Amino acid sequence: MTRVGRWAADHAVLFVAGLVLLYMFLPVSFVVLMSFNDPVSRLSYEFQGFTWDNWRNMCAPAGLCSSLLTSIQIGLAATLGATVLGTLAAFALVRHRFRGRKATSVLIFLPMATPEVVMGSSLLALFAAGGLAGRLGFWSILIAHIMFCLSFVVVTVKARLAGLDSTLEQASMDLYASEWTTFWRVTMPLVFPGIMAAAMLSFSLSFDDFIITNFNHGNTITFPMFVWGAAQRGIPPQVNVVGSLMFLTALLLVLVSTGIGRRKQAA
Amino acid sequence: MSAVVGGLTDAARGTATTPTPTPISRRKLTGYFLLLPALAWLAIFFAVPSVQLMATSLYDRSGSLEYGYEMTFAVGNYPAAWTAYATQFGRSFMYAGIATVLAIFLAYPLAYAIAFRAGRFKHLMLVLVIAPFFTSFLVRTLAWNSILADNGFVVGSLKTIGILPEDGRLLASSVAVVAGLTYNFLPFMVLPLYASLEKIDLRLVEAARDLYANGFTAFRKVTLPLSLPGLVAGTLLTFIPASGDYINSQLLGTPKQAMIGNVIDRNFLVILDYPMAAACSVTLMVAIVTMVLFYVRRSGAEELL
Repeated sequence: MTRVGRWAADHAVLFVAGLVLLYMFLPVSFVVLMSFNDPVSRLSYEFQGFTWDNWRNMCAPAGLCSSLLTSIQIGLAATLGATVLGTLAAFALVRHRFRGRKATSVLIFLPMATPEVVMGSSLLALFAAGGLAGRLGFWSILIAHIMFCLSFVVVTVKARLAGLDSTLEQASMDLYASEWTTFWRVTMPLVFPGIMAAAMLSFSLSFDDFIITNFNHGNTITFPMFVWGAAQRGIPPQVNVVGSLMFLTALLLVLVSTGIGRRKQAA
Repeated sequence: MSAVVGGLTDAARGTATTPTPTPISRRKLTGYFLLLPALAWLAIFFAVPSVQLMATSLYDRSGSLEYGYEMTFAVGNYPAAWTAYATQFGRSFMYAGIATVLAIFLAYPLAYAIAFRAGRFKHLMLVLVIAPFFTSFLVRTLAWNSILADNGFVVGSLKTIGILPEDGRLLASSVAVVAGLTYNFLPFMVLPLYASLEKIDLRLVEAARDLYANGFTAFRKVTLPLSLPGLVAGTLLTFIPASGDYINSQLLGTPKQAMIGNVIDRNFLVILDYPMAAACSVTLMVAIVTMVLFYVRRSGAEELL
């Protein structure tokens, strides 16, 4: 092979990877761009002029900010519930031997392998059979969100726990720390990043869920429900502001957390 | 200072109260106790609803949500659902299958580049893969809707190059729906692929090259088989949600691109034909589980389950 040919072959994979990343970023860039758009009519999605107005009056479209608040409330409550229940279960699965482990693992794995339509519709079937179809709302969304976040928490925390060096705990016990002290001073600090990751994953799953929520929301409007409703009439540019804000927040969180992780590794 | 004191007092207490290791039976009970809340939650809000869904699929269709349904073990709901929605079932699996294959071809080079070629940009590239997916799923799909719109720059430039005919369009077509599905589930392919590529011992590839395998053969005989677990996991994580999705077909397609998710959604929430909707839902689940089991057996990756 010639030198040029070899160079091209060597870098082809990088070039393709770059194109794929571009594909992944195209819609996000579009969302950020459109958050500064000054549209003439509600139905036009072309960029017509630059303005800060959408960012300044984020809550201008009726119902947008209240739906955002509902989503944040549900997200926080679902994260708390799923993280606590899931972490306890992960400890049980890694640290304790008991009968029915196999069946338990299957029950935890199944929700992740089930399409959301099936989960959402079966919960609705249950609520309807219980005569609750007319009273769905905040509580039913919360129940559903805790349910589908739970498995992801168990898997995430379990992975962290399983990779834990148990000699550290043995050392602690050898130095006369009680089980309780060892747990809080050694085990917990080591598992905590896993729990944090699980909580962040839960929040983003809950905050972004549309399909399961759509089946069980009653009259409660979460942010994705608001966007869905607005999509039928024309999306207000402020929706893109929220999308951009979410993107920036997530990027910041990920960069900060990996930054901290790396500094700890270096230290 | 206080930490040391606390540690010492705790240590003292520890030796005083637990002279022997905790008895096995108590530890066993603790395990059940820790597990119980999560299991109960999943049993009540996942397992029971699944059974209720199956029951609902066998209700008599002449009932209604208002006056209640009668349980008549109406097995006939299933053939009725299959004949009425055969095209949507077929379309769902076809779209999801094409999107999964496309995702493999897009994700593999990206995962490979991150694992072996990114150098010090590895971390940054991983962040870049995940970051877009924190922006709302719906907002991103709506962005595709505008990008592919008839008067948008993508359609315009494709027309100028001549790939698209003068009256051609991308939005409201199968192409748009499949592109949307591929895009939305791409990171679920990239991340497991990256995870298994990254673990590969590069000396194995060097050994293959030393034994006169060319780059392609080394890839086919060493790298690809070793990345198989990631490939299988990625396929499942892409195919399963894609076949049940209806947001892409709703926002990027027309009723002509309706998938089975649209049918289930409409029957439950608009037409209010619960038995029919439940029969579709159960069929989708059974079909997916069957395909997944078959696929996992064939690819020899049972340990994933």
